[in-house]
Amino acid sequence: MAHSEADVLAGLAELVNEETGIAADLVQPEKSFTDDLDIDSISMMTIVVNAEDKFDVKIPDEEVTNLVTVKDAVDFIVGAQG
Amino acid sequence: MGILEGKKILITGVLTEASIAYTAARIAQEQGAEVILSSFGRMLPITEKMSSRLPKKAEVIELDATDPEHLAKLSERVGEHFDSLDGIVHAIAFAPQSALGGNFLQTEWSDVSNAVEVSAYSLKSITAALQDKLNNPSSVVGLTFDASLSWPVYDWMGVAKAAFESTSRYLARYLGAEGIRVNLVSAGPLRTTAAKGIPGFATMEELWTDRAPLGWNLTDTEPAAKAIIALLSDFFPATTGEIVHVDGGLHSTGA
Ligand SMILES: NC(=O)c1ccc[n+]([C@@H]2O[C@H](COP(=O)([O-])OP(=O)(O)OC[C@H]3O[C@@H](n4cnc5c(N)ncnc54)[C@H](O)[C@@H]3O)[C@@H](O)[C@H]2O)c1
Repeated sequence: MAHSEADVLAGLAELVNEETGIAADLVQPEKSFTDDLDIDSISMMTIVVNAEDKFDVKIPDEEVTNLVTVKDAVDFIVGAQG
Repeated sequence: MGILEGKKILITGVLTEASIAYTAARIAQEQGAEVILSSFGRMLPITEKMSSRLPKKAEVIELDATDPEHLAKLSERVGEHFDSLDGIVHAIAFAPQSALGGNFLQTEWSDVSNAVEVSAYSLKSITAALQDKLNNPSSVVGLTFDASLSWPVYDWMGVAKAAFESTSRYLARYLGAEGIRVNLVSAGPLRTTAAKGIPGFATMEELWTDRAPLGWNLTDTEPAAKAIIALLSDFFPATTGEIVHVDGGLHSTGA
């Protein structure tokens, strides 16, 4: 089942919140994971593997470095869905 | 029938699907082994996720290779799953940023000692902690990056690997009488989390893709993992203290 952009954003916000305690409503598209949300590399890895399972997509390691903002991640996940 | 049929193996160092140890765990299971994984701290949940992506979900036990309490309890923790062990895969390395990437002349001893403790001494700590569980015969396999030469950017990790290679020879000496073989796989550069943490690692990647006689695939961990499986198997019964190069042949070239 394909998830809409809004679904992915909400789901991602939930994963970020679970991992870091950052309030889900702060996880907005334009926010940068590292600069704005202050998420370190281990948390980022955890969020990525959880997102892979949640949205049933593969996020290759090479891709993770390109996911600077929340929008980058949402776009990638929406695009990677079957 | 697989070449590890019925063998019980502890595999450390599974962090992502790109980890050399992840591929080793997958092939070990495909070859009939029963596997448990170890991980630590904030990596534990990630390793658990990876475990559920293996052909068969493996138990994950906590082991920080530098934590005396974890080491003291290791045999007991392993014993909750396996009454004995036929093999250990050591796939653990770490060096602080200051010890890598061209800062060689400035690195402080505390950072060097951290790299050596995690990356070299841990082979002894883990093997010794599990000595009572290891069968006769059994096999310990670790991963090195050729430490007989100096390399760009690898710096104190290279020194730690030299200590690691020597540690494996001494373990081979002290444990041979108990039928415990200790060998290393010397792999070429692979794009794992550990490698990506090394500033300037691309220099090494180019070196390999340009020079290795067989060529080199930077994202294929299978050749290294297959060598690990072979060394864990009964096909190397009289080999210990050895280093098998899985590097596309680069080590054999002069330029
Ligand atoms: N990637 C390469 O280019 C390459 C080449 C030759 C050898 N190696 C060696 O292969 C082994 C596995 O590394 P990899 O490249 O698969 O990277 P990786 O990042 O996937 O694995 C490194 C592992 O070390 C573990 N680790 C770090 N500190 C630890 C500690 N204190 N206690 C327990 N575990 C700890 C990490 O959790 C991680 O699982 C390492 O020994 C590495 O030096 C790697």
